Amino acid sequence: MKPPPFTYHAPRDVGAALRTLAQVRGKVLAGGQSLIPLMNMRLAAPEHLVDINRIGSLSAVDASPAGVRVGALVRHSDAEHAGAHPLLTRALRLVAHPVIRNRGTVVGSLVHADPAAELPAVLAVLDGTVRVARWDGRAVERDVPAREFFTGPLESAVQPGELAVSAYFPALGPRTGTAFEEVARRHGDYALAGVCAVVTLDDDARVTAARVACVGVGPVPVVVDVTAACEGADGADTDSAGTGGERADRGWADAARAVQEETEPESDVHASAAYRRHLVGVLAERALRNAAREGTAARGA
Amino acid sequence: MTTRLFGEPVQRREDPRLLTGQGRYLDDLGRDALAAAFVRSPHAHARIRDIDVTPALDVPGLMAIYTWEDLPERVGRALPLLIPHPALTHGRTAYPLARDVVRHVGEPVVMVVASDRYAAEDACALIEVGYEQLKPVVGLEEAVQGAALVHEDVPGNVGAHLVQEVAAADGRGAGEAIETAPHTLAFRLDIERSASTPLEGRGVYARWDGRDLRVYSSTQTSTSVRMAVAATLGLPLPQVEVIAPDVGGGFGVKIVHPWPEEILVPWAAMTLGREVKWTEDRREHFISSAHERAQIQHVRVGFDDDGRVLGLDVTIRHDHGAYTPYGIIVPIVTSTQLLGPYKIGAYRVEFTSLYTNTVQVTPYRGAGRPQAVFCMERTMDKIARHLGKDRTEVRAVNFIGPDEFPYDQRMTFQDGRPLIYDSGNYPEMLRMVKELIGWDEHERRPGRGIGLGCYVEGTGVGPYEGGHVQITSDGRVHVSTGLTSQGQGHETVFAQIAATELGVPIERVSVVTGDTRRFGYAVGTFASRAAVMSGNAIALACRKVREKALRIAADALEADPADLAIDDGMVHVAGAPSASIPLSTVAVLANPLRYAFDDEAAKATQFSGTASPDRPPVAEGEEPGLEGRDYYSPIRSTFASGMHAAVVETDPDTAEITVVRYVVVHDCGRLVNPMIVEGQIHGGVAQGIGGALYERMVYDSHGQLANASFMDFLMPYATEIPHVETAHLETPSPLNPLGIKGAGEAGVIPVSAVVASALEDAEGFEIDRMPISPSELFELRERHASLE
Repeated sequence: MKPPPFTYHAPRDVGAALRTLAQVRGKVLAGGQSLIPLMNMRLAAPEHLVDINRIGSLSAVDASPAGVRVGALVRHSDAEHAGAHPLLTRALRLVAHPVIRNRGTVVGSLVHADPAAELPAVLAVLDGTVRVARWDGRAVERDVPAREFFTGPLESAVQPGELAVSAYFPALGPRTGTAFEEVARRHGDYALAGVCAVVTLDDDARVTAARVACVGVGPVPVVVDVTAACEGADGADTDSAGTGGERADRGWADAARAVQEETEPESDVHASAAYRRHLVGVLAERALRNAAREGTAARGA
Repeated sequence: MTTRLFGEPVQRREDPRLLTGQGRYLDDLGRDALAAAFVRSPHAHARIRDIDVTPALDVPGLMAIYTWEDLPERVGRALPLLIPHPALTHGRTAYPLARDVVRHVGEPVVMVVASDRYAAEDACALIEVGYEQLKPVVGLEEAVQGAALVHEDVPGNVGAHLVQEVAAADGRGAGEAIETAPHTLAFRLDIERSASTPLEGRGVYARWDGRDLRVYSSTQTSTSVRMAVAATLGLPLPQVEVIAPDVGGGFGVKIVHPWPEEILVPWAAMTLGREVKWTEDRREHFISSAHERAQIQHVRVGFDDDGRVLGLDVTIRHDHGAYTPYGIIVPIVTSTQLLGPYKIGAYRVEFTSLYTNTVQVTPYRGAGRPQAVFCMERTMDKIARHLGKDRTEVRAVNFIGPDEFPYDQRMTFQDGRPLIYDSGNYPEMLRMVKELIGWDEHERRPGRGIGLGCYVEGTGVGPYEGGHVQITSDGRVHVSTGLTSQGQGHETVFAQIAATELGVPIERVSVVTGDTRRFGYAVGTFASRAAVMSGNAIALACRKVREKALRIAADALEADPADLAIDDGMVHVAGAPSASIPLSTVAVLANPLRYAFDDEAAKATQFSGTASPDRPPVAEGEEPGLEGRDYYSPIRSTFASGMHAAVVETDPDTAEITVVRYVVVHDCGRLVNPMIVEGQIHGGVAQGIGGALYERMVYDSHGQLANASFMDFLMPYATEIPHVETAHLETPSPLNPLGIKGAGEAGVIPVSAVVASALEDAEGFEIDRMPISPSELFELRERHASLE
């Protein structure tokens, strides 16, 4: 488990990094929590490694009322402790273990584009963007929306020669709650299936918008808008007593079924496709209920 | 009181060193050694057509490349079959490097030696091996069909076949006893593969100085590695030393020897005249060391209205992997330990050990017992279910009574000796475990179940271990024993025994294990035997030293040895503390000297006036120095026992499984150190929960191990392990001077049975296959729902 030879570059600013990436076929090293094991197992053999860890300008977390921009060197633990976005914070606590979070980066996880990872789902459900730069005589940037960013399992829209410099997570609107529900085999493992939900309610606690993104049940995060299916569901605390409760239950169950239908889970060594399909329904219902409950609380606040 | 340490929860003396990074593990040694790496087979079954090493020859730092054809005849022979058995009619072992055919993914084919491991792996990547793929045999079902053969000359893939039968008291065999019983049941049980997976993998480091060979190996038996290396390399035994440095866990896999690398690395060091080291990486460990556990069991049982077992017939198919270097110990242990704490009317057990194109199967902590206990305890639960009785009642009616010891199970155990239990108290243990878990008060409801499991474990198997004890003139006590340590706490436990026997503070006692320079005769650390075997040998050696010390002190104090006692390192006349002499001085007196190299030595020189002028300085039959050596060799194994119970909860929607309580009652005879025994139990239970709920080796139909990493082989984290509550019962063993039994493997043995029992109680349907994941529980629920 030793990597084959490679040339190591350690640029000090974004321009130098982009120039290097333009010149050589290189992989970007940020937290290295996925890349280094892949190299040690010789599953990846980049000839050039461009280490961006010395580029201080990429370490910023910029929060504004509209959203939060996270630089490419922001570690999971930094973003978690910054607490700049409730859904991001919630999801980060589900990412692996503290030791990995101390080193791994938010943007690195997005670029790695593992369909079982939490952060791609967060970016997808929020309709966030990734800012990608390349060198063309000068630094040229483009913002890629989440729905175009994740192109397949472990595949993102970042092209050879490009560097993902930051990710942008739009803020939640008013009367909006979130939830992230997942089942993993062990604490900190990639989820067998997971669902993050964003639910917005009106002043009568009726659902006006509900979106989920699912992990582990498709080649990319599976985003489903279930606003229509949630009809009848509300954020009032949901025990089944009374006709309102029953209607709400039916609404959440309908929404969960709608989510299930959009997913294409596969079997692997840890779980069957049938179990994952079942699980995503259970988790979608839980996530939607919990997000609605949180949205209700936010409304009252 | 500093010297009555036996039985005290003394903190582990090795931990400050091991927990602060001061340990010296194999890879911490030999910083300047050349590195070895191996090209391993990517195919489960293939014929090697050709090997082209030329593309690798330009790799900077390359020192040597070896294939099987490069090995001298002695070195290239098939590895030894360590434990032959008459039933193992078709035993097969691998060659150090593959010869013609590879039989599992991971089998070593080419050895590369280079300046460092990076260069060695670069060269490995460039070596081209041409293979002609053969049909692989994967899994027991395919092995039984015998359509493809793992070894051309082993028909039906059957390596071994053994039937053992014990008739009922009235002479009837199991078949008849079952057929005429008031109730009968028949069922099939499955246990999947798992493995030891110690945190430190294997590793070998060798130095050759032109005459003497020193080998460091991360092994569970340095003495036996030494003999194997000397024999294979044609070296006189005194010219070979083998040392087990700090070893980061073994759990069975490191008792196998010599591993190919234990032969090849020393041979390369001699051939190249350079230090050579090989450190196994995790992928290598998964695909080229050893696995265990996989069995399919077909059970037929006949019983009466009380649940008393009248006849039991078990047919076992045991997956042995590609080779059988460790013989058939695992299925023998399963067959014999299946009986547990019970008196079975008539018993017939038949096992067939089958080859498959997978990693070889050798003992892993528990060594066949988890499978045995799963079988017997599932049987007890099914009897209870059939009769509508409480599960503990059915067990109780089958128990061997406390007044029935020694109890002869009339079988032959893994040590070739009769399976005779020495002591135990199973009804009391059941009472204790029921009380601890609150069995009778447990609130039964869907999604929350309670279960239990009982076992008996033969521990402390022979043939022998030895101990050497030396008291030096500074009053320090140096203890050595030949068997090795992999984290068990031997430096503490053996020091407790020596300190207690000799009457010295434990701070003055040091312990060395697994170093053939210090002690050359040993068997190894396995089968929960270290405390029983070396503990007793060290105690006996201490008693010799003590006797000599008292004799010399009696001379000096002009007292009768029978009137002397040793406390806190001082020999004194009982009742007269002022008439005393320190052990350090006794050590000085024990070694007559000509030269006074320090003040202490001056007391022992020829003009010091301490010796009697009319006797030789060293009396006939005496030896200089205050030291002693003794051995412990038991007539047969001693039998520890335990009962575990657990409460398990299942999520009605996600089918997640949580062990919410886990209790253990354990009897390993007299406890040397209850804290260390509890640590062993905790670790064992953790491995057991791994085996019940998380760990499995997933081979695909091509014989590729699909989860050969700690990312996909789910060793549980601390977060997955419940708090373990323990209680001890002490029924001393009458077989050894200290009255102790082994405790190393205990914790892991019944866990799959206990979890299955609790899960069955929670879910309402039978659990016949372990491990079980949420996905599998979900599918069982679907299947049972569709049947209703």
